[in-house]
Amino acid sequence: MSVITFVENWEGKFKKLTFELVSYTAKVAEMLNTTSIALSIGSVESSELDKLGNYGVKKVIHIDNDNLKILDNQAYTSVIADVATREGATVVILSNNNTGKALAPRLSARLKAGIGSGVSKLPVSIDPFIVYKKVYSGNAFANVSIKSDIRILTLSQNSFDVIETPNEASVETIEVQVENDLVKTNVTDIQKQAGKILLTDAEIVVSGGRGMKSGDNWGPLVEMADLLGAATACSRPVSDEGWRPHEEHTGQTGKIISPNLYFALGISGATQHIAGVSASKYIVAVNTDKDAPVFEAAQYGIVGDAMKVLPKLVEALREIKSK
Amino acid sequence: MKILVCISNVPDTTTKIKFVDDLKKLDETGIQWIINPWDELALTRALELKDEPANGIEKVTVAHVGLVGSEPTIRKALAIGADDAIRINADAADGYFVAFQLAEVLNNDPYDIILCGIESSDFNCSTVGGMLAEFLGIPSVSAVSALNLENGEDVIIREIDGGNETVTVPMPFVAIVQKGITKEPRIPSMRGIMMARSKPINVIEPAAIEAMTEIIGYEMPKPRAACKFVDAENPAELIELLQNEAKLI
Ligand SMILES: Cc1cc2nc3c(=O)[nH]c(=O)nc-3n(C[C@H](O)[C@H](O)[C@H](O)COP(=O)(O)OP(=O)(O)OC[C@H]3O[C@@H](n4cnc5c(N)ncnc54)[C@H](O)[C@@H]3O)c2cc1C
Ligand SMILES: Nc1ncnc2c1ncn2[C@@H]1O[C@H](COP(=O)(O)O)[C@@H](O)[C@H]1O
Repeated sequence: MSVITFVENWEGKFKKLTFELVSYTAKVAEMLNTTSIALSIGSVESSELDKLGNYGVKKVIHIDNDNLKILDNQAYTSVIADVATREGATVVILSNNNTGKALAPRLSARLKAGIGSGVSKLPVSIDPFIVYKKVYSGNAFANVSIKSDIRILTLSQNSFDVIETPNEASVETIEVQVENDLVKTNVTDIQKQAGKILLTDAEIVVSGGRGMKSGDNWGPLVEMADLLGAATACSRPVSDEGWRPHEEHTGQTGKIISPNLYFALGISGATQHIAGVSASKYIVAVNTDKDAPVFEAAQYGIVGDAMKVLPKLVEALREIKSK
Repeated sequence: MKILVCISNVPDTTTKIKFVDDLKKLDETGIQWIINPWDELALTRALELKDEPANGIEKVTVAHVGLVGSEPTIRKALAIGADDAIRINADAADGYFVAFQLAEVLNNDPYDIILCGIESSDFNCSTVGGMLAEFLGIPSVSAVSALNLENGEDVIIREIDGGNETVTVPMPFVAIVQKGITKEPRIPSMRGIMMARSKPINVIEPAAIEAMTEIIGYEMPKPRAACKFVDAENPAELIELLQNEAKLI
């Protein structure tokens, strides 16, 4: 028996979400009194693979195959399912990011395994196997019993602490056969946004709404984000208006994020917006309307004009950064 | 070429969610049921593709797993412009159950392009599309923000962490769509509403299969602490609180 996690890499490197996944996997394995394994697919150096042990997994399996250079959902599912079966996995854990959402359901159908998707905590109990998950876009939570022998979990980003433990994992590189005709996805172009903090990775996010009045007013907001090492975001009307790029739109129909700190500047706090950010640990709102619903979700607030408040926030931040 | 759009029936996104029966059941009083927002976008995109004669799309069908109570939602999809509908007559117990039922039907009645939304706004699972593709043994492309046809071949943009990829896969395939797939959902016209009344809803009885999961109870979110207000004349105090009280920066 084992608990296995699939870890993705970004140009050969892992990132914080990987270490969250691995820490979570080690803890679930502890609950089940079994061993934990991380499965890495792709070209990753051994020094990077060695790091995974620091978060408690006992074994790292590494697969590098030319037919797995791009994400083909069928090929990846087949490889992960084979390894999971060989290792007697009773829980398979993926990130709830784009890749995890693409693969987890296929694995579920392949392994006849029920899914707990977007979990943010350890299972509530293991016999019966019950997980706690967000439903109705964060307006409620549910305890979901997974009745199958194998269970698949997808872990929300930035919702589980990275836990370092003195531990060394054995690293095993294995060869797999991936038939050419299994790979059906043909990638013809890749467009990367270089040098930006990803909204889904960011621990602090500075976001603006229609109260910012125009795309030309974003200067101080971006400056504040830079000072904080934060990502920038916006409400839906802002991206619809073309004031900001679409990938910045947060909310029910945009990105769903869970940073430690979310600044909502000139955002009313409509349920569909809050649906995307309610998992933030802290929300700070600046709004001219003291009755704006955003203040119900916020822990700190300023009733005031964002255009006047922002430069002062920037100034105060500069001051503490210079100390 | 035929396109199938899988639709789920969800409470309007502004609904104040409440539960009854000791937090075991959704309180349905006063709830407005709608087509899941992403499915509405998927349907709109399918119809846009069909509008272009060069694409050679004969029909757009919507499929739904649900009891008769969700027929108004199906009728709305027909009013928006779907040609016909399939309803699998069963309570949608979980994603696995839904995907299995859809796969059973599609095995006998194949479609070239199958569209699912990235998630249902009720249970936020993000599972049906991928499961369906795996049951059918066909490709799936997830986080799709654009779907075009060029000379009868699909050109798809999918989001990856930190960018986008343009991909193509052989038909039939499942595309799991998100924001960007089209700008605005189509709204039913008067004519569309009239025509929807006579469009066929093909009701199919479900296959015997058990769900993999069961919701055993709900919880309401913990009330957040009341908002602490800082004077607009002194925003530096906010930075001070974030630094020393909340220890976030
Ligand atoms: C199915 C569906 C899905 C949706 N999905 C999303 C989604 O994913 N994300 C999303 O954001 N929205 C979404 N919406 C839209 C949502 O309902 C709201 O319309 C939207 O969030 C409002 O954006 P806003 O707060 O920026 O603008 P407004 O509602 O216009 O609010 C502007 C706010 O700024 C304040 N303000 C004005 N001037 C200033 C100033 N100078 N300084 C400070 N404050 C000021 C105002 O008091 C007001 O509260 C969705 C809607 C539907 C129906
Ligand atoms: N009951 C259902 N009937 C038909 N399609 C569904 C149903 N539930 C979910 N889907 C489809 O699967 C997508 C993802 O839903 P889910 O996996 O439930 O989050 C939805 O956007 C629909 O396209």
